[in-house]
Amino acid sequence: MKSSSFAYRRAATAEEAVALAREAGEDARFLAGGQSLLAALNFRLDEPCMLIDIGRIGALRGIRRVEGALKIGALTRHAEIAASVEIAKHLPLVAQAIHEVAHPAIRNRGTFGGSIALADAAAEMPACALALGARMHLLGPDGPRRVAADEFFLGLYETALEPGELLTHVEIPIPPAGACHGFAELARRRGDYAMAGLAMMLGPRTGAGRDWARIVFFGIADRAVRSPSAEAAIVAGAAPEECAACATDGLDVFGDMNAAESTKRHYAAVLLRRELDRISDEENRV
Amino acid sequence: MSVTTRYDRPNSYIGKSVPRPNAVRLLHGRGRYVDDKVLPRMLHAAFLRSPHAHARILRIDAAAARSMPGVVAVFDGNDIAQVMTPWVGVLTHLSGMRSPPQPALARDVARWQGEPVVMVVAHSRAAAEDALERIEVEYEPLVPVCDMQAALAPEAPRIHPELDSNLCWERKIEVGDVDAAFAAQGATVVERSFTFGRHTGVTLEPRAVIADYDPAEDRLTMHYSGQAPHMMQAVIARHLNMPEARVRVVAQDVGGSFGIKIHTYGDEMATLAASKLLRRPVKFVADRLESFQSDIHARDHRITARAAIDGEGRLTAVEIDDITGIGPYSVYPRSSGIEGNQVINLTGAPYDLPAYRARLRVVFQNKVPMCQYRAVGHPIAMAVMEGLMDEMAAASGRDPAELRRLNLRADDSYPSASPQGMRFADLSHQACLEKLLDLMDYKTLRAECDRLRQQGVYRGIGLVSMVEVTNPSPMFYGVGGAPIAAQDGASVRLDASGAVHVSNSITEQGQGTEAILAQIAAEVMGVDISTVHVVTGDTAVVPYGGGTWASRGAGIGGEAMYQAARALRQQILATAAAILQTRPEKLDLCEGQVVDADSLEPRIPLSDLARMVYYRGNELPEGLQPELIASRHFKVSDYPFVFTNGAMASYVEVDPETGMVKLLGHWVVEDVGTILNEKLVDEQIRGGVVQGIGGALFEECLYSQDGQLLNATMADYLVPMASEMLDIHIAHVVTPTRTSELGAKGAGEAGTAGAPGAVMNAVNDALRPLGAHMAQMPMTPERILRALGRV
Repeated sequence: MKSSSFAYRRAATAEEAVALAREAGEDARFLAGGQSLLAALNFRLDEPCMLIDIGRIGALRGIRRVEGALKIGALTRHAEIAASVEIAKHLPLVAQAIHEVAHPAIRNRGTFGGSIALADAAAEMPACALALGARMHLLGPDGPRRVAADEFFLGLYETALEPGELLTHVEIPIPPAGACHGFAELARRRGDYAMAGLAMMLGPRTGAGRDWARIVFFGIADRAVRSPSAEAAIVAGAAPEECAACATDGLDVFGDMNAAESTKRHYAAVLLRRELDRISDEENRV
Repeated sequence: MSVTTRYDRPNSYIGKSVPRPNAVRLLHGRGRYVDDKVLPRMLHAAFLRSPHAHARILRIDAAAARSMPGVVAVFDGNDIAQVMTPWVGVLTHLSGMRSPPQPALARDVARWQGEPVVMVVAHSRAAAEDALERIEVEYEPLVPVCDMQAALAPEAPRIHPELDSNLCWERKIEVGDVDAAFAAQGATVVERSFTFGRHTGVTLEPRAVIADYDPAEDRLTMHYSGQAPHMMQAVIARHLNMPEARVRVVAQDVGGSFGIKIHTYGDEMATLAASKLLRRPVKFVADRLESFQSDIHARDHRITARAAIDGEGRLTAVEIDDITGIGPYSVYPRSSGIEGNQVINLTGAPYDLPAYRARLRVVFQNKVPMCQYRAVGHPIAMAVMEGLMDEMAAASGRDPAELRRLNLRADDSYPSASPQGMRFADLSHQACLEKLLDLMDYKTLRAECDRLRQQGVYRGIGLVSMVEVTNPSPMFYGVGGAPIAAQDGASVRLDASGAVHVSNSITEQGQGTEAILAQIAAEVMGVDISTVHVVTGDTAVVPYGGGTWASRGAGIGGEAMYQAARALRQQILATAAAILQTRPEKLDLCEGQVVDADSLEPRIPLSDLARMVYYRGNELPEGLQPELIASRHFKVSDYPFVFTNGAMASYVEVDPETGMVKLLGHWVVEDVGTILNEKLVDEQIRGGVVQGIGGALFEECLYSQDGQLLNATMADYLVPMASEMLDIHIAHVVTPTRTSELGAKGAGEAGTAGAPGAVMNAVNDALRPLGAHMAQMPMTPERILRALGRV
């Protein structure tokens, strides 16, 4: 399990990193926390010609408050997200989910942007980004652009990132007053990729229903996926069991070694019902 | 025994939780593991492994690999066979067992995915791996035979064409009138089918070897991460055609073994052959992927079993049919028959059992070879029997603890024997069960379960009464022709400074062997433990003996250490008596001094005595020839094994909507005889329980239909982690074995033996009101949901 040999360059700025990638061609990879990339290299699942180390680009690190949103630098470590007062205050969904990302050693090195850019189907952060309607800031040879989370995650490890394009920041709008979140996942061991997971944001209450809902399942499909059926049912004020019953309607669900497709559909429904029940209980208590 | 019972005097170490002397070194990162060693001119090996479970090798083209930078040699199976003979993993006392010769690297046919086919030796492991990518092997895929039941069908393709079927070995036992017992009026009979998945040992340090052949002396040194150096010495000498004395095996620190590192592996053997061919040191360290594909796997049983109790609840008969899949070869030199043999030998062992019938079939298949792993066969035998006990308790309306009370062998009934002929002595099943029920507060816990069930919370309690085979005599392997010593040797000497040096043929795998050896020697010799220096693992230095396996280190190697130290003590006292003009029985050893036996008044320091003997022999009385060195060997006589016993309980909560199992409590009461170091015993039990829980809930080598191992990474193969584990409460009953003076039995495998059955019974207790039942391990959330009919 030794990687094949590769060239190594360290970039001082995001612009330099993109320029290096352009020079090296499609077989170059950006190296951030290395928690997924280096394992892939050692398995020789990926044999890039060059690693472009972006780890020391200070501008890509940290969490900043901007107009109505938090802007998270792609190099911000999971551990920094977990320790952030701003995140805890404004993005409680992320604050809760971050503790389910792998194990402490991985959270110390792994980066928020790395997780988004890799787009593992069972990862927590892409699901949260999708539930929160995040905007991805990308920098390519032709300059910067922004892509909404709904258009960013395209398939199995597939995103809107073009070859040579670098994710620099993730901008997450702060949810409005009256919105609430839900998060739950089922993993056979703490820190494992989930057999099924749920990240959701519910808009302010309107009668029995909700102003809007963004229901995202992860670990059940080729990527984090929204459930239009469940969202519609929740907005319409359906009971939790009814919302759960249609949780995975119309979704392409794939089984894996730990759970078959039918089990994943069952889990998605259980997670959604339990979180809706919990929210309903808590709101009724207030 | 006077020495060991005077706990209040200085240098009393036996029975105390003395910290391990080698722990500081390991915590400083000063471990001496094989991969830490770098020898001059050392090369590195990597292996191309078969991507097919079963395929004919038509052509190997390694020309491109040979010309890669850094590559020194490329060997295939035929090259290695020039200097190394194949091996046959059968034992003669397992009558009728058969297994064809196994080459180090596959020749003609590859028989499991992961079997080594081509070896590259290069200046670095990375260069060797680069070259592997350039080797072309043309395979003709053959039909893989993976399912062990299908492998026995008459029309099944044969893995070894020279054999008439895929059956490796079959054994039957029948004692008493089994049919009559099942047919008897008023009998409660239960029958269940069990499936136990494959898992593996997952040592923190993978298998590793440096082979260092010196042509000038025709001497081969193997730096080895393993358990039984002398066994390996014999195996290597035999198959490399060298005199045994010219092979030296050195096993220093070993990062876990669990039975994985006691077998003959083709990649390790090829590394030794390569060193001989190249006349240079060659290192091979298995990476995690190839560990999963080549370390022995364990378990893999399909079992149908039934049992009956009469109207009074007395056990009348047990019947078991076990099919176990062992991969394409019986593993050398211990064979792959022992696991199944233990299953049918031990099922029902804790109980008075009048009638017993068993059938075992050991089957070849195209998967990684299966062999002995921690608690060999025990977890299966215990889970099956204890599962049946709980089902019979439920079927007859009895409390599971009560049914066990009715049937356990009585503590005053020893020596006794089981229908299978297992001979028991010095056991304490009844005392252990009572202590367990007390420790866990069984009645309160039962009431809590019942109360919570009314609230829709499903908790369950699982009990296990168990035995463990420890301290084996030569009846285990040696009788079957294997070069495996059942005895161990110890030596002890006093140096000129008064320090004590001991060596022993048992080995340190991280379990604390060296600590107990130091404790025993220090106490008997009356010295501070810091002045005892321990050497293990080097065949050039230590006495000849078996090493670490079958929970034998403390009981056999420890006893040898005790006897050797007692001998040296007597020699020292005799020398001191001559010097001091008194009688040896008037003297004792304490705090590094020869002292007056009654007053403990110092007479002469050991260092002065040693210096007088070594430097100024002229001052000694005429004719005195002091020997400040002694050695003793010990083997268990009169009994084939020294059984231990214990009782275990698990308390779990099952979420019937998700199938998730939460471990809430685990209790163990174990009788390991004399306890040398309670902390080490307890940690052995805890570690064993965790590995047992791994098999019960998490660990499984998953295969595709065509024999591809699907989860050969630490992300996909789930070992139990700290976050899922819980406090494991341990208590002891102490019944020393009559077979030795120290009275220590083994402790290394009990946890693994009992935990799976306890957890399975607890899960089934939780599921019972829902009408569901689990009989397949690991009990994954999805399997539990299926049993519940939820998915």
